[in-house]
Amino acid sequence: MSIQENNQLLRFTTAGSVDDGKSTLIGRLLYDSKSIFEDQIEAVKTSSEKKGFDYVDLSLLTDGLKSEREQGITIDVAYRYFATPKRKFIIADTPGHTQYTRNMVTGASTANLAIILVDARKGLLEQTYRHSFIASLLKIPHVVVCVNKMDLVDYSEEVYNQIVADYEAFSSKLDIKDVQFVPISALKGDNVVDRSENMDWYEGSTLLYHLEHVHIASDFNHIDCRLPVQMVIRPHTLEFQDFRGYAGRIDGGIFKPGDEVKILPSGFTSKVKTIELNGEQIAEAYAPMSVTMTLEDEIDISRGDMIVRPNNQPKSEQDLEVMVCWMNQKSLQNRTKLIVKHTTKECQAMVKDIQYKVDVNTLHRIEDIQEIGMNDIARVSIRTASPIFFDSYSKNRQTGSIILIDPNTNETVGAGMII
Amino acid sequence: MGQYYLSHLKELEAEAIFIIREVVSQFERPALLFSGGKDSILLAHLAKKAFYPAKIPFPLIHIDTGHNFPETLEFRDALVEELGVQLVVGSVQESIDKGRVREETGVNASRNALQTVTLLDTLEDLKIDAAMGGARRDEEKARAKERFFSHRDEFGQWDPKNQRPELWNLFNGRKHHGEHFRIFPISNWTEMDVWQYIKEENIALPSLYFSHERECIVRDEVILAKSEFLPLKEGEEIQKLIVRYRTCGDMPITGAVLSNADTLELIIEEVATTRTTERGTRADDKRGETAMEDRKKAGYF
Repeated sequence: MSIQENNQLLRFTTAGSVDDGKSTLIGRLLYDSKSIFEDQIEAVKTSSEKKGFDYVDLSLLTDGLKSEREQGITIDVAYRYFATPKRKFIIADTPGHTQYTRNMVTGASTANLAIILVDARKGLLEQTYRHSFIASLLKIPHVVVCVNKMDLVDYSEEVYNQIVADYEAFSSKLDIKDVQFVPISALKGDNVVDRSENMDWYEGSTLLYHLEHVHIASDFNHIDCRLPVQMVIRPHTLEFQDFRGYAGRIDGGIFKPGDEVKILPSGFTSKVKTIELNGEQIAEAYAPMSVTMTLEDEIDISRGDMIVRPNNQPKSEQDLEVMVCWMNQKSLQNRTKLIVKHTTKECQAMVKDIQYKVDVNTLHRIEDIQEIGMNDIARVSIRTASPIFFDSYSKNRQTGSIILIDPNTNETVGAGMII
Repeated sequence: MGQYYLSHLKELEAEAIFIIREVVSQFERPALLFSGGKDSILLAHLAKKAFYPAKIPFPLIHIDTGHNFPETLEFRDALVEELGVQLVVGSVQESIDKGRVREETGVNASRNALQTVTLLDTLEDLKIDAAMGGARRDEEKARAKERFFSHRDEFGQWDPKNQRPELWNLFNGRKHHGEHFRIFPISNWTEMDVWQYIKEENIALPSLYFSHERECIVRDEVILAKSEFLPLKEGEEIQKLIVRYRTCGDMPITGAVLSNADTLELIIEEVATTRTTERGTRADDKRGETAMEDRKKAGYF
């Protein structure tokens, strides 16, 4: 295994339930890419034997916590890492059952790609719809539908084609731009890392090849310049007496020294003097870089402000239309008071209206509702105490997303995508 | 037109710097837990980059078990000097002397578990509300589910079932009085990423990490350094071995590996072909399958 230093990073989620082979698939990817260590395999073998299994249960590799292993279920998002000579991968492994929609949303929020597993014997199930809807709602740029357990349907091309056709008919209702299909057997290894010899009729790439080559450089917004200011760096030393740097992570566009910029909310304009990190000059800065920017003019800027281009500004409003995934036992109702966190800004907010809830299995809208509960997804109108500077989530996943915080418990109770 | 994407190391760097800056922005009294190991050295390096040309705006805290490798302490003092940052040392010996903890006895005695009390006492004394550490999710399975911002109750405990969901780049550091956070900016790095970045950035490390000759004792297949803190069992003898360390914990519990890798290139090659995890050399993790999870719940690093 030789790992290049200039590899790209691909983050993907896997969604599936206990018996559709998700753990086996992850185990296969980790094992075949030689990312499982001997002591990990030994630990899993010992545990499998203790439980009286006559095979090595690879799901034990990914089920982390004691309480989970006792109950035999995965209750949270677990992150796994592997690398090939082409790319480095981060897997957000999330459980599939209904009550854990919040975990799937969490895993999906940072993913470039989602793997959706379909059991070839069963075809599309409610959970397939649910996973796909969440992938579409969270705007995961790439989706791979793995039709698994092909070995159990005699590697039948007809079965595979039918599932592909069914999925395409259904997904046309969703906003997923890039869908690929791969017929696999995670257990036997067909088309996961190595090409299957049992499915000559399949001419596409293996799953790993696709993960290594899918084009992700455009997954960030490189058009609309957005730099939310995290903090102001003032050294207070003789050498850097007048230094005033605006530190932050670029959320969109490409900034260059000399660019004219506008500061929100003050509306002052200036020019970019330097973009740097650790004293090294950066000619072009784009998402997701963390940088320190200096400006030609001395302007009062603080955390929560946003640096943009004068001819391309985000919306600035106090009334937001948001798709909310609710993540707390305590329900959300009209007039519930919340704290909204958006980029580097926090402000108080209140729920004005719950418009409808989405049945995540059928995609039907349920109207006339008074409250939404844990794992519900709903369209909600929210009023903030001061304007926030946002883009629609479909344009920019960073400047279009918010989290909702309960001001009493301080817990993160919801995730929101601004429409 | 250029290629507008980052290498995986640059993306991980950008993520870690973003988190470190969030910590300074969201908390009143942050600190960096510095063990002297490569991960905390990396963290100090990232912190320097995050605030340059200003100095790192928080202290480094070192929990000194009294069982450190002398190389670690020398390195720590030189680094603190170079960064111009404040160092606070919490002493496990002092906790023992004050009767806050009782030392384990027997040949496998270690001060590893005792550190937790000293750590929590030190954080409380300094009123630290955000303690950054160099833990990574690939190290151990209980850590695979750890958050970047990990909430601790007023007793310093971790509740794995009641973690805050973390979405996008939005980190919620709000807390009640008396609670604090543990923050892990390099959660997403693997051992390989750390080594590659250290090489790319030319970061200095203690000599322990490079192959050297050392007097050792082999106990339960773990190679331990000869030291005054490690009483010999009957039948054990001291051997001279060519070793290096993959992690840098306490002398009596940190296992060395046989290795000739004396440059970063050779270490990276070794890491790429190695077949056991880093923590496979740690005697403290071998106390049971959930040893790490149990210690973390109590407030361990």
